[in-house]
Amino acid sequence: MSSKVSSASQPTESPTAKIHTRPWAATLILTGGILLLALGMALSISFGAADIKLGVVWEAIFNFNPELTPHQIIWEIRLPRILGGAMVGACFAVAGAIMQGMTRNPLADSGLLGLNAGAGFALAVCFAFFPGMSYMYIIMYSFLGAGLGVLLVYGFGAASKSGLTPLRLVLAGAAVSAMLAALSEGIALYFKIGQDLAFWTAGGVAGTKWSQLEVMFPWVLAALIAGLLISRSITLLSLGEDIAVGLGQRTGLIKLIGLIVVLILAGTAVSVVGAVGFVGLIIPHLTRKLVGVDYRWIIPCSAVMGSLLLVFADLAARMINPPYETPIGALVALIGVPFFLYLARKERRAL
Amino acid sequence: MESSTLVGAERKKRTKSTIVMIVLGALIITAFIISMNTGFTRLSPLEVMRTLFGGGTAKQELILFEFRLPRIVISVLVGAGLALSGCILQGVSRNPLADPGILGINAGAGLVVMLFVSFFPTTTAAPVFLLPILALIGATFAAFLIYVLSYKKGEGLMPTRMLLTGIGVAAGISSAMIVLTLRLSPEKYQFVATWMAGSIWGSNWKFVTALLPFLIVLVPLVVYKARVLNVLNLGDQTASGLGAPVERERLILLAAAVGLAGSCVSVSGGIGFVGLIGPHLARRLVGPKHQFLLPASALVGSLLVLVADTLGRVILQPSEIPAGILVAIIGAPYFLYLMSKTK
Repeated sequence: MSSKVSSASQPTESPTAKIHTRPWAATLILTGGILLLALGMALSISFGAADIKLGVVWEAIFNFNPELTPHQIIWEIRLPRILGGAMVGACFAVAGAIMQGMTRNPLADSGLLGLNAGAGFALAVCFAFFPGMSYMYIIMYSFLGAGLGVLLVYGFGAASKSGLTPLRLVLAGAAVSAMLAALSEGIALYFKIGQDLAFWTAGGVAGTKWSQLEVMFPWVLAALIAGLLISRSITLLSLGEDIAVGLGQRTGLIKLIGLIVVLILAGTAVSVVGAVGFVGLIIPHLTRKLVGVDYRWIIPCSAVMGSLLLVFADLAARMINPPYETPIGALVALIGVPFFLYLARKERRAL
Repeated sequence: MESSTLVGAERKKRTKSTIVMIVLGALIITAFIISMNTGFTRLSPLEVMRTLFGGGTAKQELILFEFRLPRIVISVLVGAGLALSGCILQGVSRNPLADPGILGINAGAGLVVMLFVSFFPTTTAAPVFLLPILALIGATFAAFLIYVLSYKKGEGLMPTRMLLTGIGVAAGISSAMIVLTLRLSPEKYQFVATWMAGSIWGSNWKFVTALLPFLIVLVPLVVYKARVLNVLNLGDQTASGLGAPVERERLILLAAAVGLAGSCVSVSGGIGFVGLIGPHLARRLVGPKHQFLLPASALVGSLLVLVADTLGRVILQPSEIPAGILVAIIGAPYFLYLMSKTK
């Protein structure tokens, strides 16, 4: 099997060979990033309304004693929150990376393309019509909502005469997001659940519970693994559909798998933190700059860097104005918007 | 011979446009009357008539003159203002998808108004006249930001870049607004959320008097500039070739569009898509000449907001759906449809 692949790729080696990668940079990011992530998580656990020394953090994790209050704070409140943040960051970033690779659109991001708004709409529906629904079902509805969003955006984008240009996708995303947000707002106003929903969606990872993590973890893990498995095909897709087909890729299948992975990742992430945009836009761009254009490296590195961004953003969200928490989505947008504007300015092709 | 047929076609067009506008006006009057009858307390057409001519009970007078009429008048004014603003923006940017909502101008106005609302009580009389001015400051700020960020030396103001920049700026401003909303008390939050969703909340004659001066100054100015818009629509090079001071005229028109959007948003909140759909429907009806297009857009916009607001009061009684939400639910699919049709 493997020999067949290598022999088959011999004559068509040129496009793949041209792919510019920096494996050493990627390895550095993966190892250094994970170390930094561990440090950020430790800091994040020790910092808060009750300051806890790092030594106690260590104790609580590896030698948990339910009698001690600090241990309980760490175990029941801070740890799930931080793990939730790390997971969500990885989800958004990998979803963005896969979307950018598959669509060859530098502006693709689950927030810009209506997925986040779709999942948010599903949340509003759950809150209004099925109060007290278990998290398992909420997460499933989020997937459905994200699917609805992306279906609408791509449906309308693809229906246009001159095809799916980046501008068209962003416009369709803006319109679909506006409509879904209007529907959610209408529901929220009518059922007077607006502020609950706002706290849920803008309050960041503060309320994450172990039960939530248990539900989301298998989904996220499966989606990330699937993303890694199709990463080589995504690299080929990112070179252009023709090249991918020429190399024997079943592009339709890959796109379908990629889309399902993206829906699971974005849906899960939104069900935890709400519609945080721009993570999926910034991180894959930075990663591509650092490690080159091979998605076998981009996807894992994006996951690590996305986790890093959210863990540190969450830390900042708590430090800026204690005891209030600044919504993490707003903080990320603060970095994300200038970045988006920069990309929009650079985009010189006929959009 | 040929010129006479041209004149004939022109005259035909004018007659058609006049008829369209008369029909639109009649529709608005019908909606106006229906809107006066509907609401939490039903008033029959006869009761409305009697009350209008001074024969109603005190309660009927209160409902009609103090609650319904100002709200209806505001819907009409706001619809016209937003649609005109959109019409100008589309003409100036030569992009049929431009709209003060999509470009982030509404968000800019909204942010400043929200800042004010969250720090001061609003029901008192004094700030009412301040609100349009505050909204204008916000709208101007957002417009300025978009202009600067999308302007590129040598290439000028590229319409596509302007749209993308607008979307980015709008996203940034909305996230700032989210930060603010979480600090509010539940009552204020409900108020602000309703406002942002585009409810005609300033249902009070004071808001009419606060809004009217802006429209009285800006609407005639815009109509006077109709010919300039026609020329700008031909493209920058042709326009300068014809002797139009392109950059200056564009700035004046942009300022007028920002002024209209800002002052309207201050009383209606973020009603998006009116500025987009109004001009489009109007263009279908009367064609691309701004002499007809501008007034027709204003009429379509008025009708749209008035109907949305009336429907919003009826559908889920006793609670209300803000007009902006209804307009977005109708407007977004229409926008997508338009997008798929434009080249």
